[in-house]
Amino acid sequence: MTTIASTASGTASASPDYNYKVVRLFTLATVFWGITGFLVGIVIAAQMAFPDLNIEPYLSFGRLRPLHTSAVIFAFCGNGLFATSYYVVQRTCGVRLWSDALSSFTFWGYQIFIIIAGLGYVMGVTQTKEYAEPEWYADLWLTIVWVAYLLVYMMTIVKRKEPHLYVANWFYLAFIITIAVLHLGNNISLPIDLASAKSYSAFSGVQSALIQWWYGHNAVGFFLTSGFLGMMYYFIPKQAGRPIYSYRLSILHFWSLIFIYIWAGPHHLHYTALPMWVQTLGMTFSIMLWMPSWGGMINGLMTLSGAWHKLREDPILQFMAIALAFYGMATFEGPLLSIRSVNALSHYTDWTIGHVHAGALGWNGFITFGALYYLVPRLWGRERIYSVKLISLHLWIASLGIVFYIASMWVAGIMQGLMWRSYDDMGFLEYSFVESVMALKPFYILRVTGGVLYLSGALIMAYNFWRTIRGEVSAKEQPQIRNAQGVAA
Amino acid sequence: MSLVEKHQKLERNSVILLIATTIAVLIGGVVEIIPLFRTETQIKPVGDIRPYTPLELAGQNIYVREGCHTCHSQQIRSLRDEVVRYGHYSIPAESMYDHPFLWGSKRTGPDLARVGGKYSDDWHVAHLKEPRDLVPESVMPSYSFLMKKGAKIDDLGSHLKALQSLGVPYTDEMVELAQQDAIAQATGEARTDTSGLAERYGEKVNARDFDGQPHIVSEMDALVAYLQVLGTFVDFDAIKDVEDEAP
Repeated sequence: MTTIASTASGTASASPDYNYKVVRLFTLATVFWGITGFLVGIVIAAQMAFPDLNIEPYLSFGRLRPLHTSAVIFAFCGNGLFATSYYVVQRTCGVRLWSDALSSFTFWGYQIFIIIAGLGYVMGVTQTKEYAEPEWYADLWLTIVWVAYLLVYMMTIVKRKEPHLYVANWFYLAFIITIAVLHLGNNISLPIDLASAKSYSAFSGVQSALIQWWYGHNAVGFFLTSGFLGMMYYFIPKQAGRPIYSYRLSILHFWSLIFIYIWAGPHHLHYTALPMWVQTLGMTFSIMLWMPSWGGMINGLMTLSGAWHKLREDPILQFMAIALAFYGMATFEGPLLSIRSVNALSHYTDWTIGHVHAGALGWNGFITFGALYYLVPRLWGRERIYSVKLISLHLWIASLGIVFYIASMWVAGIMQGLMWRSYDDMGFLEYSFVESVMALKPFYILRVTGGVLYLSGALIMAYNFWRTIRGEVSAKEQPQIRNAQGVAA
Repeated sequence: MSLVEKHQKLERNSVILLIATTIAVLIGGVVEIIPLFRTETQIKPVGDIRPYTPLELAGQNIYVREGCHTCHSQQIRSLRDEVVRYGHYSIPAESMYDHPFLWGSKRTGPDLARVGGKYSDDWHVAHLKEPRDLVPESVMPSYSFLMKKGAKIDDLGSHLKALQSLGVPYTDEMVELAQQDAIAQATGEARTDTSGLAERYGEKVNARDFDGQPHIVSEMDALVAYLQVLGTFVDFDAIKDVEDEAP
């Protein structure tokens, strides 16, 4: 316990004058939007079990679903990526973030984007394309913010004091530039009128499907993977106090990951009207993707070797290690689901929903929580976190929540898929569609329980941060500090 | 060790690293996406595939606005059980005028690619108003407000015009008469002259009072008009004879 408490100290006297103000803002936004996104998730999960919870027209499932996905991916994960990338680029380059004004603009600009996109969904403004729902005006605004982000990030790197660019920055850079390419490619559209929110996609039918899933899958690949690997490559070695396990492995898996990921999109379109050769190519590359994905997991987990004793005691490191375990699991399950014959069963079912939540709750959520617990005491110049015990509590409640969630969705999804394709003795389909809907209800309720647990964990974290920022230390944990450092807390 | 040494150049020059990264991520997309635009010329309208009428388009936009695609797919895969349950698997031409595609990725409710003509207008209206009146176990939200809300038809011309410039074969006449055609389709031939509509969009166009409220072109009219046309363009029975002869 004492070692964890003391790791948070001794960073306040950093020599360059780092811009922590913008990192603090993004950190607070990450916590706020995380809680919002989880809450909307619970609401729509409950709507699927109890349809009377839909309130037409503004709060029905169809309008809230993109609100949930965008709040979690772009608001929670996005702000987390901004916060950590701005922190990491300063610390690893040894210079202050380039341009206070522009970095501050990326904060406010990004929050404005989130709000106009979210309000749009509730009002029924959407392009329909998953994870690219915001309409043309929000897309244009995001483009401006993103160019500013790239500029701030690149210029900070260019004026760095360290000749060698640390691996975390490669991943962050790949995330920023690729998201720019994907965003521009997928959102080409024509507004019906400059005074109207409505636009039509420049592409139609099969072409728009392929371009959407080229975007959609790589939003996962670069927003939720590459960016978060950047996070992993900084915060795990820091928290463990160990160097990265293998430098060569990081080179190998960086280039293979970014090269291979981009091909995988067509596995979302198996057995559809998309030409077969593209489906096969997408499947092949998805299976190949397993290796570079696990390269990252192995590099992260092996970094802990020699620090296993810390893993036993430090709940922050436990968050990070469990995140890597979920990353490994989700990136094994992904290639499996991309195989055409498996996809025949899983596609259109809740198995896919379970899969993405193993990634989002387990990998993205947990690595972000770990990074936030590392960051908050340092950013606010506090000796330590308010309560390490509460970190542990968060960890176990959230882990239990994930287990409830993904286990129920596995069963639900596989059952759904099997019911749809089962025949009776006469050779007719055995179940009507609505029978499969009825069968899912208990699992949908179980899923809500998992979501409530996960949200509870996040609320505990927010409480812990609030007390930490106020400079308090839990009464139960104070004596140990006094003993360890010989001073009163 | 030479790989590591060579890589150090990239690690020391951020601009080259950025360029190399961009090239690495562009290759896959180029190889997969570009050929599809060459085959674009090969996706031709099959059967009687036509652009949506203004009223159907307004309906599609309500479908989009309400996020129907988050629970309903419009893409029947070429799998035995799907073909038995929903009808002939979807072919590329059937979504060629959807900007963007509405294939969906999740079936909380059934596929709708061929729902057109399967149920009566009355069924759709009652079901959209309160799904559980007809299917007690359904988890679909109710959309009764569509009955009361007038469909926005005064700007349909600009919708058609935008789609026209994106390559959908709407004629200038169709653009100009969009609002008039929408009213005619929601009113029906019993009460108005629909010959112009039929001339422009074909004799098979469903022109009738979909929602049972003759005094108003409601959003319910538009949505039901859209649902009733889904999957009805291609007569697969006519094509079936050709398929049966294939080995």
